[in-house]
Amino acid sequence: MSNQTKHWEKTRSLLIITLAIWFVFSIGIFLFGAEMNEVTGPFGYPWTYWFTCQGSLGIFVILIFWFANSQEKIDEEFGFSEREDE
Amino acid sequence: MKRSNFIDNLPRVYGIYTGGFIGFIIVMAIAEQMGMTAKAIGIAFVAFTVFIYALIGWLSRTAQADAYYVAGRQVPTVFNGMATAADWMSGASFVAMAGGIYFKGYGYMALLVGWTGGYVLVASLLAPYLRKFGCYTVPDFIGTRYGGNLARFSAVVVLTVASFTYVTAQINATGTIASVALDIPFQYAVYIGLVSILLCSMLGGMRGVTWTQVAQYIVLIIAYLLPVFWISNKMGAGFFPHFMLADEVARIGELESQFGFVKNSAADLATVPKGLAGITKAHSAVNATPWAFISLALAMMMGTASLPHVMMRYFTTPSVKAARKSVGWSLFFIFLLYSSAPMLATLSKLSLIDPTLSTGIIGKSIADVQAIDWYQNWNAANLMFVSDFNGNGTLELNEFFMGGKAVVLATPEIAGLPYVISGLVAAGGMAAAMSTADGLILAIANAISHDVYYKIIDPKAETAKRLVVARVLLVVIGFAGATIAAMEIQGILGSVIWAFDFAMSGLFFPLVLGVWWKRANRQGAIAGMLGGLAAGTWYLVWVRTGGSGFLGITQLTFGIFGSAVSLIAMVIVSLMTKEPDKATQKMIDAVRVPSGRSILGKQH
Repeated sequence: MSNQTKHWEKTRSLLIITLAIWFVFSIGIFLFGAEMNEVTGPFGYPWTYWFTCQGSLGIFVILIFWFANSQEKIDEEFGFSEREDE
Repeated sequence: MKRSNFIDNLPRVYGIYTGGFIGFIIVMAIAEQMGMTAKAIGIAFVAFTVFIYALIGWLSRTAQADAYYVAGRQVPTVFNGMATAADWMSGASFVAMAGGIYFKGYGYMALLVGWTGGYVLVASLLAPYLRKFGCYTVPDFIGTRYGGNLARFSAVVVLTVASFTYVTAQINATGTIASVALDIPFQYAVYIGLVSILLCSMLGGMRGVTWTQVAQYIVLIIAYLLPVFWISNKMGAGFFPHFMLADEVARIGELESQFGFVKNSAADLATVPKGLAGITKAHSAVNATPWAFISLALAMMMGTASLPHVMMRYFTTPSVKAARKSVGWSLFFIFLLYSSAPMLATLSKLSLIDPTLSTGIIGKSIADVQAIDWYQNWNAANLMFVSDFNGNGTLELNEFFMGGKAVVLATPEIAGLPYVISGLVAAGGMAAAMSTADGLILAIANAISHDVYYKIIDPKAETAKRLVVARVLLVVIGFAGATIAAMEIQGILGSVIWAFDFAMSGLFFPLVLGVWWKRANRQGAIAGMLGGLAAGTWYLVWVRTGGSGFLGITQLTFGIFGSAVSLIAMVIVSLMTKEPDKATQKMIDAVRVPSGRSILGKQH
């Protein structure tokens, strides 16, 4: 298997993990919005309310930075990272 | 332009700018104490900020194609994040979002999740690859990846439909704020707004827009956060509202069950001015079905990843790596405002409805409320209304009506903050609407000038001539948008959501599959773009003209139907026709790795 194929396979796995986490916090948990809202969550807000106001939003920010770093590591591993002076 | 001192000095330049702006706020606060009138403060805020933006636009003037189209590809990660945040957060986010949450609660907060979650798709599916491609515009990618003028032209059509729907709303918002702050009729204010918008973008193109957007972000975020923190502290609700408003949220729930949501009769409601609404939905309870919430969030997420004015911001970063990081910073800067909107809605609602607070009006006598200064002002502006439906002389929860915009614009005044804050908020709203309008007009004008004029009509045109065409188009599109905005056909928020649906109907799958599915070919992409756009538009028209719709897809989520049709059409047609040639396959391989030369040259 060529270097490029392996790189792309790893990239695709990372994409699937990223989208799975994205799916959970943008869609999955809101299937249970009514039930989840009965329980008190962070800072005393009901869980569902907290996720819509801060939780999901903040998780997306962290997720993107984590994704960017992981992808960078994959690129470096296979020597596809950009040179700094480019 | 080489990587210059200017880029290295950016933190200092914008640091001084921020300091200067805070200084200006303080000067205005002192002037207010010394008797400057509210009207003069409003004018000073709007005029001063617009002057600064115009100055930046003039300083960024350029005669080079890559500076005009992609800001010379040297915008640092964090600054591009700020510019994207301003580009992204429109008049709707700034002026209408807190109001929407105030009136509709949970069902509306799907937009918060949708308008942030979409960036995960942008970062992982598209932005780095399109950056590697080296295109100037989104249709540039479609045209090169799939080949052929028809594919390129179809992308321009989708882009224009979506962005133009969006831009009329932004010019409308600019006009609304200018007309309130400068106290002139809306029909003229729209054109004043337009001229301010064009001043930022005409001379410098993307470069001018980038540096004004950073400046606009700084204004709008200060204007949004300062009142939230101030009101929270003044009310004793908590020093850091985001972490400390749980009691207030619970208190609103208590008051709601105490007052009850009384339904007004149709005859009573007919006396309420158009566009105003009362509180009819619980503040923090789950008041929408899972599908209603999820479908709206999903439509906004896929729309985010298809809107060309956002995507083209990531063409300006120095590298692929920087493009990815930049998406994270964009969302961080957006998060600062979005996470504050529900807090503002909470504070605003509690100050109005809690009878134990001095600012509360529910339970007071109608005559007393009608005598309050701010009530008279906002009533005169047709944004507030009370009426004694049950004739008991006291104001009930169902007898108080407000316009969505008033939640952001009027709350500082209601909570008893000095007028200087209201002036600041007006400047912030203006910055939000202007920055988005600039990004959108530029996206349309660039697509038409680069993709239709240069790539299709006259490929031999010289740079100077291309840039003249681009600028003429900028003005023409701006005026067309302003003319339609002056007619006030659709509300601000409605047209913004439609724009997302149009964009995802026609562009989401052709863009994503262009990178992630090698087998996707020209015929499939054209079928996907035109089929998706046609299907989405048909569904919208059908529902608007009394159609019942299906699967709970409404006129706000018609993109879900459009993009499904687009996906199916694209896959079937692609598989039925020949696979892309070797050269195209090699090009896709090159796009998938960050290293190496970009597909399109630096100047093209």
